[in-house]
Amino acid sequence: MARKRMIQAMNEALHEEMERDPSIVLFGEDVKASLFGDTKGLWKRFGPERVRDTPICETLIAGMAVGAAAAGRRVICHMMFGNFVYTGMDAIANQAAKLRFMTNGQIKLPITFIAVSGGGRSAAAQHSDAIHPVLANLGGIKVVMPSSPADAKGLLKAAIRDDDPVFFLQAAGRGGEPGEVPADEYLVPLGEACVRRPGRDVTVVAIGSMVRPALKCAEALEGEGIEVEVIDPRTIVPLDLDTILGSVRKTGRLVVVDEARDTCSFASHIAALAAEHAFDALRAPIRRVTVPDCAIPFAPVLERAVLPSVERIEEAIRRTLKHGGRS
Amino acid sequence: MNAIATNLPREELLAMYERMLLIRLVEEQLARDCAAGKLPGPVHLYVGEEAIAVGVCRHLDDRDWITSTHRGHGHFLAKGGDPARMLAEIYGRASGICGGFGGSMHVADFSKGIIGANGVVGGGIALAAGAALAAQLDGDGRVAVAFFGDGAANQGVLAEALNVAALWKLPLVLVCENNGFSEFSPTATVTSGRIVERARPFGVPGIEVDGNDVLAVWQAAHVAVRRARAGEGPTLIEALTYRTRGHVEYEVTFLSEPYRDEAEVEAWKHKDPIPRLASYLFEHELAHPEELHAIEERVAQIVAEAVRFAENAPEPDPAGARGHMFANPR
Ligand SMILES: Cc1ncc(C[n+]2csc(CCOP(=O)(O)OP(=O)(O)O)c2C)c(N)n1
Repeated sequence: MARKRMIQAMNEALHEEMERDPSIVLFGEDVKASLFGDTKGLWKRFGPERVRDTPICETLIAGMAVGAAAAGRRVICHMMFGNFVYTGMDAIANQAAKLRFMTNGQIKLPITFIAVSGGGRSAAAQHSDAIHPVLANLGGIKVVMPSSPADAKGLLKAAIRDDDPVFFLQAAGRGGEPGEVPADEYLVPLGEACVRRPGRDVTVVAIGSMVRPALKCAEALEGEGIEVEVIDPRTIVPLDLDTILGSVRKTGRLVVVDEARDTCSFASHIAALAAEHAFDALRAPIRRVTVPDCAIPFAPVLERAVLPSVERIEEAIRRTLKHGGRS
Repeated sequence: MNAIATNLPREELLAMYERMLLIRLVEEQLARDCAAGKLPGPVHLYVGEEAIAVGVCRHLDDRDWITSTHRGHGHFLAKGGDPARMLAEIYGRASGICGGFGGSMHVADFSKGIIGANGVVGGGIALAAGAALAAQLDGDGRVAVAFFGDGAANQGVLAEALNVAALWKLPLVLVCENNGFSEFSPTATVTSGRIVERARPFGVPGIEVDGNDVLAVWQAAHVAVRRARAGEGPTLIEALTYRTRGHVEYEVTFLSEPYRDEAEVEAWKHKDPIPRLASYLFEHELAHPEELHAIEERVAQIVAEAVRFAENAPEPDPAGARGHMFANPR
């Protein structure tokens, strides 16, 4: 074990996987210089054949990822900021998400797209979207949203080894907080949620960067004897619904925290699934803590006002506890 | 040294004749099927443009990659795809090449290097560039060819691909099939300059060629494919041709007025690449009419069998409609 930042954990995962599998090619804009640090050192280590700086042309590079994967390569394509995924969207939505399906499973497309997603750093509206609901709705794309450095490493390695297109979304708003990362090789499988903190009174499903405020909130409420169970789905496609429903059946209350805009947020989807599958167990209306349907503002005070906060999570928890008595 | 098309052995010329004819007869069948209301979705026919797919694909083998367009039957067949399984696909049958999940606009066979037709205009260009990157990394002399229309040439991705392919010397051949129309808009009304000239600022050679002359296409593709295999980088070919059928079959049912002159269509029908190759063969005493007739009978037989196969193929099981979304489903 050693304490590392998420970016360092990702960097290790990329080094280890490129070492392990010589068929991997990685490309994107400025991956050599590495704006975020996740691809640092790769060009030096693996050379200009396998690690390539591309021009600024997301339509092409996302499409090339699909073509190279279809032609037998394992591809890592760095899209920089989540908002730039929109520029490359044809290749992602029409090609990557559909080529295998349309051709009746003739091919696999082992592509890992990496992007920073979400707000919290005053990057303003065109650099702060949480893009996961859009991606999850495409159907043919897996979506990984780690909340800790250790998970980031294990999930990124699993994503790279997966034979399908996977979006690995690194949360901008998580901050650079370090965490323990195991020294030995490990993978975190896609589709397995993690119970970050057990509790009997209310289930809080927190996605990606929202895990940290959810845990803070749970700690604060502990003093009042309120037990919050915090679930981190880790991947939203595939989604470990069993773990979520199991917890809801135990607590009877559900709060979902998601950094997406409210309309069609992933929280809405989880809420719908819980209502469909665990209605009998619910003792209070499900509450969602999301971003209002606006773009992400620039000034820190404005941005803080729209992103889910510890206070808003606490308020949602308290509102669910008003219903149905305590178990 | 580049080979010269006019020196090709006659077997080679007859093979090209046969392949063009196969595409033609399959598509004439599809036109009849569509008129009879037998096809579930839209079909875009390649009639009159066969020389381009055949003249290019003659230089490729199964290990080379192609990407194609919504008008993709010709590319599929020219690259060696199975006509029976293609027809079954277009009929929406289980034994279609894509199990009925793709249809006319998505016929693909990866075992033949056919990454597939594409419903997105320009969508295949980046895929071919990616396949060319994979081929370059494999280092075994494979190439990737992107077929696309004049309409697709107006998508920004063409410039993006020219830039990267030139920078990285990718083994990529970009083949623009300029058939005079971008859907219902005459090319000149939506396209400035000459498409072939778009290669020049990137330092990429551009070759303009008569797309109805299979030997001329063969010649241009010979140069481009050799260059790509030798690691010298991409080439843009603009093949000038004409779409003698509609943009999409049954377009007359929804178009309120004609978008082109019938006389123009008739004039182009006289430049049909198939009789044109036949004339060449006769003129140079490379084939007798009976030989071509025998080829015609053989191809008609293949098509009849393909149709029988496709018509008798079972429909897909709706229980499997969710298909093969993921290779590693959870
Ligand atoms: C991205 C995209 N835009 C629009 C369309 C609708 N559409 C289908 S074919 C076509 C015309 C394409 O023209 P061209 O590339 O010249 O090919 P051609 O049909 O002439 O073979 C259009 C506009 C589409 N399929 N994809």
